[in-house]
Amino acid sequence: MNMISFFSAMVQAGTPLLFATVGEIFSQKVGHLNLGLEGMMLMGAVTGFAVGYGTSNPLLAIVAAALAGMAGALIYAIITVSLKANQEVTGLTLTIFGTGYASFAGNKYVGYKLPEGVSSVFAKTPFPILSDIPVIGEIFFDQSILVYFSYVMVIFLGIVLYKTKYGLNLRMVGENPAAADASGINVNRYKYFYILLGGALSGLGGAFLSLSYIPVWQENITAGKGWIAVALVIFATWNPYRAIVGSYFFGGLDIIGYRLQKFELPIPIYIINMLPYAATILVLVLMSIKKSKENKAPGSVGKAYFREER
Amino acid sequence: MKKLVILFLVLAMVSTMILGCSSDNGDNGNGNGTEEQLVVGFIYVGPTNDGGYTTAHDNGRLFMEQELGDKVKTIYKESVPEDKGEVVKVIREMVDQGAEIVFATSFGHMDGLIEAAAEFPEVTFSHCSGYQTADNATNYFGRMYQARYLSGIVAGMKTETNKIAYVAAFPIPEVIRGINAFTLGAQSVNPDVEVHVRWTNTWYDPASEKAAAEALLDEGCDVTAQHQDSTATMVAAEEAGAFSIGYNVSSEEAVPKAYMTAPLWNWGEYYLTAVQEVLDGTWTNTPYWGGMYEGIVTLDELTALAPEGAAEAVEAAEQKIVSGDFDVFYGPVLNQAGEEIVKAGEKMSDADMLSMNWFVKGVVGTIPASN
Repeated sequence: MNMISFFSAMVQAGTPLLFATVGEIFSQKVGHLNLGLEGMMLMGAVTGFAVGYGTSNPLLAIVAAALAGMAGALIYAIITVSLKANQEVTGLTLTIFGTGYASFAGNKYVGYKLPEGVSSVFAKTPFPILSDIPVIGEIFFDQSILVYFSYVMVIFLGIVLYKTKYGLNLRMVGENPAAADASGINVNRYKYFYILLGGALSGLGGAFLSLSYIPVWQENITAGKGWIAVALVIFATWNPYRAIVGSYFFGGLDIIGYRLQKFELPIPIYIINMLPYAATILVLVLMSIKKSKENKAPGSVGKAYFREER
Repeated sequence: MKKLVILFLVLAMVSTMILGCSSDNGDNGNGNGTEEQLVVGFIYVGPTNDGGYTTAHDNGRLFMEQELGDKVKTIYKESVPEDKGEVVKVIREMVDQGAEIVFATSFGHMDGLIEAAAEFPEVTFSHCSGYQTADNATNYFGRMYQARYLSGIVAGMKTETNKIAYVAAFPIPEVIRGINAFTLGAQSVNPDVEVHVRWTNTWYDPASEKAAAEALLDEGCDVTAQHQDSTATMVAAEEAGAFSIGYNVSSEEAVPKAYMTAPLWNWGEYYLTAVQEVLDGTWTNTPYWGGMYEGIVTLDELTALAPEGAAEAVEAAEQKIVSGDFDVFYGPVLNQAGEEIVKAGEKMSDADMLSMNWFVKGVVGTIPASN
């Protein structure tokens, strides 16, 4: 097995997961469990493709994908933040809505290919200088521009989360919205902002699939990746840096089965496909044994914040 | 304010529901044919524009309708789940609308169709890829392996590394037969060729299909073939600078730098034959397994990327198959271990082909034991 090509493929397979996972981490950090990832990814994927196909403008395509994910997140935010409805049910509904929207909007594009001018921008492009580093360069710096963007995105958001006032405030909103409110933080504004950010990132994750990974439109292009990302949030213990490791690990598990088949191991492929989920359960168990505060879910996840009940 | 928003949302929901119910659920036409018109029903497993399997069936429906003109009226239902109760329900609706012959296009529609056949003895039923029959119900499928053999010739001539990738869905006889036929086709022009198989365990999942294809391309394959419903395998080939054989529909537009040809379904030939038989009163419940002779399977026109001389080689093999002088599994056929399964001068029976669970020599890969 060619290890470098495997690791390079692993980064590729992990990138859509990374976008969606980091998005969901921020949504949960302000107390909102959004199970609509799969739906928002598909909305981003189809909108990015349609705009890229229609305008031949890569920048517009990627912006449209992020906006589409945000539109999905906006629906979710209105229902769960302002109307304080049940988060799980709303998220599930958003997944169903997003899947339907993508089938509907993508119907006429099935089997169509992105114009060369768009797909070439998102195809693998060696990063100047860095791609010359042996091994590391070949694995991490001979990728799509969206992959490079994901590196920057994670580092930037990690710094925001852990090193800035805004990060402190947003974590406080997620842990204890009443306390945040009392200290003068506009709780709902924070919630809206980061839920929408989560939607935008999910949309980009979907768009990575339709613009870069497989630039020919296909029904249900995400095929359950949104659900894996939900599990990844727990696996990464709500930490965007760990999400990098987790995403590539899960991405690797996703593709390793096809490379191992060559060796005719007596392990059914189903066992390998099961590994990401088994790993998530293991992390959950370890977390509950360790009881470390740092690695726990934000305190108010899943609970609507009623100001009047303070 | 909140109440107003809720009121608005409820109104929006109710109005979409009403709108949704008033549309005609994908049924085409009013269905109530005039006295002379035969109403033909089609049950599809996916949407008609899935760009693959169901599109191929729907093209068949349109072809039949065009050929028979005013004599028939077709109705169809898309995305019918492979569930007995659902299928029976859909068939009842269709019979209600006057359907006298119903085609169900997916394997999982079989049980429902057989149950409905007992309920409506005056209606004719036919089921794609299944094995059950009744007095008024039969099944149909095509000898896709013949077209795959021809596509193997193209791949066998094109490969320079002598390693061909084959991304395959499930280890069932239909798929295995295709892999074997493809391999024999490739070997007929290039005895050194190896066909490397990867199972994805899905008919349709673009990302998995691409990952499987990339694994094979990394191992040195320079031509890909597939028994999958998306174009992802070919996308992987194009990116790697390799060449590809598609499936179901022509994909020259999607992957212009890789696509050479594809084995295609041409269901219209069967639909036309079957409906004509019902019109003439000559229909019987004999299962239909047509091939290149009947025209139900074909090879797509070769693109400019196909190797030189391939068109002639394909043409010659096609002639032999169509004339009946030759079929793919004519002996000697060896299995992976080199044992002679079909002796020289003999040919394999249809029953053996339909239950095929072994690879021919030259295929690299295993059939998982669970099957």
